[in-house]
Parts: sequence; structure tokens; C-alpha cells
Amino acid sequence: MNNGARLAIDIGGTFTDVVLEHGGGQDSLKLLTTPDAPERAVLEGVGDILRRSGVNASDVTLIIHGTTLATNALIERKGARTALVTTDGFRDSLEIAYEHRFEQYDLYMERPPPLIERDWRFTVPERIAADGSVLLALDEEALRALAADLGKTGVEAVAICFLHSYVNPDHERRAGEILAAALPGVGITLSAEVCPEIREYDRASTACANAYVQPMIAGYLNRLQDGLRSQGLSCPLLLMMSSGGVTTVETAVRLPIRLVESGPAGGAILARDIAKENDQDKILSFDMGGTTAKITLIDDFQPHIARSFEVARTHRFLKGSGLPLRIPVIDMVEIGAGGGSIADLDAMQRIRVGPESAGSVPGPACYGNGGVAPTVTDADTVLGRIDPARFAGGQVTLTPERAVDAINRDIGEALNIDTNIAAAGVSEIVDEHMANAARVHAIENGKDMVGRSLVAFGGAAPLHATRLADKLGIDRVIVPQGAGVGSAIGFLRAQISYEVVRTRYMDLREFDPIAVNGIYQDMRAEAESVVRLGAPDEALVETRSAFMRYRGQGHEIMVPVPVRVFGTDDGAALAGWFEAAYSALFSRTIPNLAVEALTWTLSLATDRPGVEMAPSIREQYHPDPLGQRKMFDPASGAWIEAAVHARADLRPGAVIQGPAVIVEDETTTLVTDGFGATVNALGQIVLTRMGAAG
Amino acid sequence: MSGADMDRIRYQVMWDRLLSVVEEQAQTLMRTAFSTSSREAGDISAGVFDLHGQMLAQAVTGTPGHINSMARAVVHFLDVFPIHVMKDGDIYITNDPWKGTGHLHDFTVVTPTYRNGAMVALFACTSHVVDIGGVGMSPDGRQIYHEGLNVPIMPLAIEGEMNQWLLNLVRANVREPVQVEGDIYALAACNDTGARRLFAMMDEYGLDDLDALGRHIIEQSRTAITARINALPQGSWKHAMRIDGFEAPIDLVAELTISNGIIHVDYTGSSGTSDFGINCPMCYTEAYTAFGAKCVVAPEIPNNAGTLDAITVSAPDNTIVNAPHPCAVVARSTIGHMLPDVIFGCLHQALPDRVPAEGTSNLWNVKLGAGHGITKRTEHETTAFMLMSFHSGGAGARPRLDGLSATPYPSGVRNVPVEITEAITPIVVWRKELRTDSGGAGAQRGGLGQTMEITSREDAPFGIFASFERVLFPARGRDGAGAGATGRIRLASGKDLNNKGFQTIPAQERLIIEMPGGGGFGDPKARDPEAVAEDVRLGLVSPEAAARDYGVVEEDGEVD
Repeated sequence: MNNGARLAIDIGGTFTDVVLEHGGGQDSLKLLTTPDAPERAVLEGVGDILRRSGVNASDVTLIIHGTTLATNALIERKGARTALVTTDGFRDSLEIAYEHRFEQYDLYMERPPPLIERDWRFTVPERIAADGSVLLALDEEALRALAADLGKTGVEAVAICFLHSYVNPDHERRAGEILAAALPGVGITLSAEVCPEIREYDRASTACANAYVQPMIAGYLNRLQDGLRSQGLSCPLLLMMSSGGVTTVETAVRLPIRLVESGPAGGAILARDIAKENDQDKILSFDMGGTTAKITLIDDFQPHIARSFEVARTHRFLKGSGLPLRIPVIDMVEIGAGGGSIADLDAMQRIRVGPESAGSVPGPACYGNGGVAPTVTDADTVLGRIDPARFAGGQVTLTPERAVDAINRDIGEALNIDTNIAAAGVSEIVDEHMANAARVHAIENGKDMVGRSLVAFGGAAPLHATRLADKLGIDRVIVPQGAGVGSAIGFLRAQISYEVVRTRYMDLREFDPIAVNGIYQDMRAEAESVVRLGAPDEALVETRSAFMRYRGQGHEIMVPVPVRVFGTDDGAALAGWFEAAYSALFSRTIPNLAVEALTWTLSLATDRPGVEMAPSIREQYHPDPLGQRKMFDPASGAWIEAAVHARADLRPGAVIQGPAVIVEDETTTLVTDGFGATVNALGQIVLTRMGAAG
Repeated sequence: MSGADMDRIRYQVMWDRLLSVVEEQAQTLMRTAFSTSSREAGDISAGVFDLHGQMLAQAVTGTPGHINSMARAVVHFLDVFPIHVMKDGDIYITNDPWKGTGHLHDFTVVTPTYRNGAMVALFACTSHVVDIGGVGMSPDGRQIYHEGLNVPIMPLAIEGEMNQWLLNLVRANVREPVQVEGDIYALAACNDTGARRLFAMMDEYGLDDLDALGRHIIEQSRTAITARINALPQGSWKHAMRIDGFEAPIDLVAELTISNGIIHVDYTGSSGTSDFGINCPMCYTEAYTAFGAKCVVAPEIPNNAGTLDAITVSAPDNTIVNAPHPCAVVARSTIGHMLPDVIFGCLHQALPDRVPAEGTSNLWNVKLGAGHGITKRTEHETTAFMLMSFHSGGAGARPRLDGLSATPYPSGVRNVPVEITEAITPIVVWRKELRTDSGGAGAQRGGLGQTMEITSREDAPFGIFASFERVLFPARGRDGAGAGATGRIRLASGKDLNNKGFQTIPAQERLIIEMPGGGGFGDPKARDPEAVAEDVRLGLVSPEAAARDYGVVEEDGEVD
């Protein structure tokens, strides 16, 4: 798979990134995304990059593609005309959701409207019980009548979600057959296929979202494949999934919901490999852009996979304000903290930063495009951390005076403090928010920050990485090359994989090895059928886990389980593995309490391509700076001189002492006083705290 | 450059950190809790206190019932065990309804925290346990003694040794001993988590104590909330609301006074105590009063010692809102959840267009059970079970916004999925759907209630522990709007059930629970006819109700 050239394409909301990896190295380019026909930018970019690097289309052996199209369709509510068919009596599950207010004190809170409105939600008589037995047979006549009615409405997609279909999908399957026969050309999603898990609202939400984006994704992928073929690219096209694995077009068309958040997943995969290259087994991946910051914890070179995710949060990125999706997803926390995040004061005269963002239009005050609110980028400009002439590769010329005015007007004067201190305060508060989000995320996963290295990418991360590291007690920060197209580079390093989940409730005192072995056999077969489409001959690695809890608890924890046939005695073994995992999370176990398992998962992936550690550097040198710049030092409250270096000029072995800035087109790396920077053999900047070991 | 300027930023950062510390403390508790109300509904709280027992930060959790009440609880602990007698490794505990958070099911645990040999803070937390003995979660008890085990303020651990005698006593008195003990351990563990995070912060900022930071937090908060209150119209306003009650209807009467930077609420005129377990101790009355007022006046100002005295409450002794020992109090939320509506009634006179109409407000939790002592023995073998499932009717309409359907307020619970309920009990839920025409008519419509229909899979009898409000007296609308529909509990065969107390559903019967709707806001005739037509199209309002209440008749898709 590593012979020949490989292409990675990442469609984001604003930019489409194309990366070509070939014998001669790696090329990349950025184009504006073309939302009306996203394949246009892709095909243009692919043509350009092949021409520019002199690679023949026929030499490209693989294309890996990630896209935010599904996510954007859900955020902007621009999906297909979708109907939901559900069990009689449960028409409103999708709307009633969790019966929850996610904002305790807000009397004016609004829940996100359901993806499918009430007049597009239909019910049929049928009922499966919790144990899978049939309480009421599926009324096929009612379903045929419904199909006839639906046929007249111009429906484009249908989601079917019946109660307890995760344990017995027969009614859903039969209903799917009847609807498919009556509604040719209409995409049909079965909840038991997308998300065979207990909890009717979450399952329905996932199934509806899948149906909602399916026609659009299917159409897009077909057009893209045709376009690529007409450019002479007949190699396989694989799609990046939220889990960090890649899959075939066929699977992507069937389960397009697994494509959401593929960009951030690519970033996490890149961070994973950087961890390996630097031999750091505990990583905090930190991606800070214009609007949000994403934080992922990666231990033992394996990003943690969560089973659920919330897309399209409508209210201050608050938990509960989006649509729940139960899909395998690289576990990350996203908060409204980016370069464009707006700073103001709250009722207690405290500086507040974000989640509102000035975005790219009008942008921070210093852009001079009409933005007046002070932002994080304005604060960084006031503090002298950004070169106004070189921001974003010189595409935007910053006006520092506007930044000073904005910070002073909204923060400095209101608090009666010096402008520089006010700017330092804005920067400090956004760093604190990110540090707090990272800590809370860690505690939710039973992890901590001890011994972690930070991998920083995205336009704003390398500016804030060392201060974040201070707050988290982290001694090492790594800034990769090509940080601006990090997700696409990550795609090239992903494995072909597929994750399957089944719910099967079991009290471990009555462990049923035959049932569990059967479940795993089924899951393996399902996963293999998908993975083999993209990797017909390669060796595959299987991993398993079970979600368990003490009997009576409401939250399950993930427990890795071995890949083998289980015997009668393994109930006790499973309980033991659970207790070990529970103890790691919560520092104690509870004696005499029964353990139950709810959900079983299996992941099947191609073997990971080996990642070489960065060779050690033989010769170090101290590069001459391009010049000096005045930078405000919050610790001393004084302006200090900082050396300015151009990243493009630095060779492996370069050693730079803080305070300094290392500038490149997409970002600036801030080397604070307490850190020293070296450039390693792979061209990555490694910042190490002075006095810290190694 | 002034060092004081930089200190100000540092204080803010540390304050933010402290809020994050209690958030982590609360997360730990929720993720390890056993009782449904703690883990699904977030019926917990967590906070950090200075050495004078002043609360510096409290996590925002699912329940307003612990606002101020937990803050005051720590002072009660310090009265019994002053700082100088506490030792490193000690942990203290109580579930006294009048010193904690209002009923025996809530345990409050306080842990003094030592760094370098000196006490630097106290961490406190509260959680609702699965069971505490007595008659259970039903309001049928007549005295606190019927409601279970009462643990006065005492050590849970002494210098690192758990008080096994107390744990033995608890285990012997509750129906789910292992889970309750697990919950008590979880309380202790979450305080430890808080302490570890606090130490990391003190290390980073080189702090030896929290005195200066505490002063900063309290002063800034007090200044902010005082300014908010001073900006309101000053004066007194009175409001009354009648609710169903248990043996007789109950009047909740409040006079709200805004003056001198304080909001004071006096409940003189409210009904006397009930003979059943719906009485509300003063600490819980205070919590929901403060919550309702804060939602309107200062929703984003965090709770701490600086905001504690900004909203004050008084009530005559022996009233339903100030019930003394030995009143039965287990379902004190019956009263507590209604108090924000009474506060809103007062504030609406001072601040038109700021507060919502009355809502269902009380939770419509479905508490079912079967087995020995609950249902009579049947011929064939049946499964014993207890079920506590959280559900809500409609909330009141807001100025400019419709009310939320099937959504709790003031409580912040989440529901339990039907599939989970059915997986752990022999119950089948045949219907759980919005209830057409239940939202109060208004320029802004009240939120809709929902209907649930329930049977036993085993065709066996099962019991319902009813504790429902708004069955007799609906949630009223404001400014000319209609009331929400009243709730109803009945059998499919026709018989109506009582809104309070234990009753049995005979074998092969279907239980139908119709939850109330929220009140509307403003004249229904002023509602945008397009919005009415939309409600009709979606089936939220029937064509008949649209014509009757809104004067909107739709013919061939044309709004008339």
C-alpha cells in the first residue's frame, strides 16, 4: 500500500485541503470549499497538485477522503426530506428526547428542534419486548398503506426505529423490505443496523441523522468518483470515519453518519503518529483554530474511542444542546475557544472569553474588516506575539492599533487596568478555560496529565501551547510540520477499520458464554465483510471491549476484553477486569456488588503501518534570528525582546532559547521564557521546559 | 505596571479553577452514584468551603434543591464539630432533613482538607441514596419516624478509619444495603477528588491558604448581585397559588419585597402542615425560593457565600413551607417545586414580560412496584420490582416563546428511557406521546404534557406510589392566556385514581397517566394565526381547539 503516490483530501467548512504523498516527498495545497458542488474544489485541487508535483494520475494508488459535508448538513439542517417510521405510541420520542433542560438557570432555553418534524413522523402497530419476544406482530397492511401515502409526498429518505430492535431486528428488517419495494430510489435506514443499542431516543436520533444525510452523501460520492475517474484516477477511494479508521465508499453510502467529525479524527491520528515518532506514550492533542479548540487524550498510541457524540450543539457548545449520535468516535472535547473568540466582562467584572466568535467575517478587530469586539487574536497582537505583516502568510494585514483600541475599550477601561495586562488577562483566561476543559475531560475518562506531552496544531494552538502546558503541568510541546493541513496528513496514516456494537444485557453471575461467543462471532463476520472490501488480503487486528457497571448504576465503563472463546468460568474473569478498570477510574471498588454487562463492541482493523521514531540529531546549531520583536511578558509586567525565526529556514538540530517566536505561513510558535525549542530530524519543533528531565 | 492589576487577573483565574474543581468533584459523584435520582437526574451537589464554613464555589447540578441548603449545612457541621477538633482523615456525615437538604434520602458529607499539616478548606457534597428504610419514597408516612433512618451529624471516618459501626447500622436499616453503602463511599471519594485538584491549584499559584481568594470571590459576587437587585423596581408584591395537596388543597402565599439590595420572600398566609409526607422544611423552601428568584435576577452569578444572603426567606412556624420536626417530609419537592411559580407571580407584577406562566412544575415521576408487602400474591409466579422513572408535563409559556413540552422546571432531571425501564422490570409502556391540546392557549402557548400507558407483561397486579400535582388545580396562564390541561391518572377501563398515595393496578388493567400542560402567556387571540395553523398541522392543537381558543379556522390549507 505504500508504493506509489497517495492522495488525502479534507473538505472543511472554509477550506479544502489536498495532500499528495509521493516518492519525492509531500506536497499540499489549500482551496476554498465549493459548497454547492464540493467535488469541484476537490477535482481542481487534485489536478493542480498532480501537475505541480509531476506525478501521473495512474501512479496514484490510493485516495483517502474526509469531509464535513455530513456534519454541515446536520448543523445547517440542509438534508433530505426524511420520514421516521416508529412503533405505535412513540411518535414523539424524537422530540421528547431526554425531557431535559441543559441550561439550569436559563428561563428562555430552547431545545434543538427534532431533525424530523412531527408531521413527518409515522407509527405502525408492532411491538417487541425487552427480551426480544414479539408482543404484537408487525401490521404489514398498515405499513403498505403508509408506504402508499409516503410515495405521494416526495419523501427522499426513511428512518425506521422500532422499540427494542437492538435485540430483535426482525420487524425493522421486514418493514424495510416493504418500504423499499414500495418506494424505489428512497434511502432506507434501519436503526438496528446503524446503532444496535438500547435507549430508544439515542438510537432513533442516530438513525434519523443517517437517513437525513444519506441521499446527499451518496450523490456527492458518486459524482466525485466519476470526476476522479475522468481525471484518470481509477485507484480505490476510501473514506475517513469519526472513529479514526477508513472505509469503502460502499459502506460510507450505507452509513454516512459515521463520516461526521472525520477532520478532527484525522488530526488525532496525526497526533498519535507524532507520539510514536517522539516516543511519548501519553499525549494531549491540542487543535486550536478560529472558533473552537479540540482536545484529545492519546495513551499508548491509541486514541480513546467513545460510543457517543453530540453534533450541532446550538447553545454555547453546552452538553445536551445538540443531536446525540451513537457512533464510534475518537473521544475529544470541543470548546468555544479560538483565535476569533470574543472577550467581554460578566456581571462580576470578570473577563469572559467565547464561545461567541467573530469568525472570519467580520473577524477580530485587528483584521480591519469591520470587527470591533476584542478577540483572542487581538490580545495576542497587543502582546506582540503575532507579526502583523505575516499573519496567515501575509494574506491578512493586521492593524495592531485596532486591537489595542478594542481591548482597551471593552476590558482595560472597564476594569481600570493597563491595556497590556487586559490583553494578558484575555489570553490567560482562554488558556485557563482550555486547561479546565482538558482536566474535566481527563477525569471523565479516569486519566490525568502526569507525564503527558502536548501536540499542538491548528492556527492558534502553537501560540497558546506553552501556557496551556504550564497550567497542566506538562513539560514538552511538539509542533508538527504542515500544522495547517494536519487532518489530511492524518488521513494518510489511518487504518482500514470498522467497529461493531451489540447490546446484550447480562448479569455476570449468570454469564452465558454461548451467547457472548455467538455475539462476537456475528460481529466479527459483520466487521470482516466491511473491512475486506478495502483490504482483501491484509492481516487484520481485532480488539474487543464490553461496557459494564455495578448492578444498579446508570453509567457503564469500557472494559477491554481479550479476543478468545469464552467459557463458563469467564463471568468471574469479566467481573475481575471490570473491577480493575473501575478502580483505575475511581480509585476504589465496591465489595459484594454484582456486575452486569450491557454492550459488547468489536473493532477490526488492518495492521498499523510501522511508524519510525525520529532519528536522533547528530549536530545542533544555534540559528541566527531574523530580528527581534518586543513582546509583553505577563509574569514581569514588562516588555522584553524576543528573537524572531522563520520556520522555513530552520534545519534539524536548530536550538532556540525562549523568549522567541518561530513564524510560518499558517501559525506562529511562541517559545516562552521557561522553554527551549529544538527542531528534530522530522522538522518538528519540540519545546521542552527548562530544567525538566529529557 | 501595577502588581495589583495582575493579581486581579490571577484571582479570576483561580476562581475559574475553583469552579472547575467543584465541577470535577460533582462529575465524579454522578458517575459513581447508584440511585437513579443521583445519576440520571443529577440530584447531587458539591462545593468547597473556607475555614469559617463560607461556601466559595458550588457545582451547577441537576437540582436546585441544594442551593443554599448545602451551604448552610456546613455551618451546622461546624457547630457540632468545630475546626479545632477536626483531624486529618476525618469525614463527617448527616441526613438530618432540617440540617441537610430536606429529607432523609439525602446524605451530606463534609471532609476537612489538610495540606502540609494545616487545614486549608472543607469539601462538602450531597447525594440522594436509593433507599433509607421506612415507607420508602411514598408520601404515606405521617411522621419523620415512618420515613426511615435518621443519622445525626457524626463522623463517617476518624483519622482515616471508616466508621464501620455506622455503616453496619445503615446497612441493617435500608432495602438496598450494598448500593446505599456504595453511594456513601462515592460521597467520600468525590471530596477526595476535589481536594487533590485544590492542592494542584495551590501549588501552581503558591498559595498557603484560601483567605484572600475567598474574600475576593465573596466580595465580587455580593457586589454583583446587590447591583442587580438595586436595579430592579423597589417595593412589595403579593401572590397566591392553590395546589392539590394530599388530604386537602394547599395555598402557597408569598409577599416578595425588593429593597436595600435584598430580595425577601415571606410566606405568611400559606397553609399549615399536612398529615402526610409532602411537608417542606425551611432549608428546602429557601433553596427553591432562591433558585426561582435567581433565574430571573442573576442567572449567571455563581452561588457562594456572597450570594447566600441576597435572597432571604421567612415563614411562620408550622406552615407547609416551614414544617418542623417530626413532620413527614419525604416528598417535600411537592411544595418546593411549586415555589418558583409563586415567586414568578410576585415578580410578574414588578417586571412584566420577564417571567414564565405557571407550569406543571412538580415532576410526574412514575413510581411503580410489585412484590411482598406491595401487591397481593397471585396464582402464577410474578417478578418483584421497584421502579422510579422521571417524567415531566409541560412548562409554562414564556414572554415571546412557547412553553417547553414534557420538560421539567424548576427541577433539572433527565428521563429514564422506556427501553431501560422495560429491561429491568416486567413493565410494558405502550404509549409515551405528547398530549394534544394540553398546552394552555395564549399568544405564547404553554408546553404540552404527555400521555403514558402502562401494563404488566406478566398480567400481574402492580402498585403505583402516586405523588402528582396539577390534577385538581391547573397551571394558570398569564395576561389573559388559558391554563394548561390538568393531569389525570386512570385505568383504561374507566376508573380514575387518586393523585396521591399508594394504589393497586389490577391484573390485566392498563394504567393511563395524562400529564398536565403549562399555562399560556398573553391573549390567545393575539397569537400569530400562522403559528396556530402550524400547531394544528403538527397535531399539537386540534382544529376544534384552534377555532374555540384562538378563533383560527383553517379551510383547505388557508388560514382564516
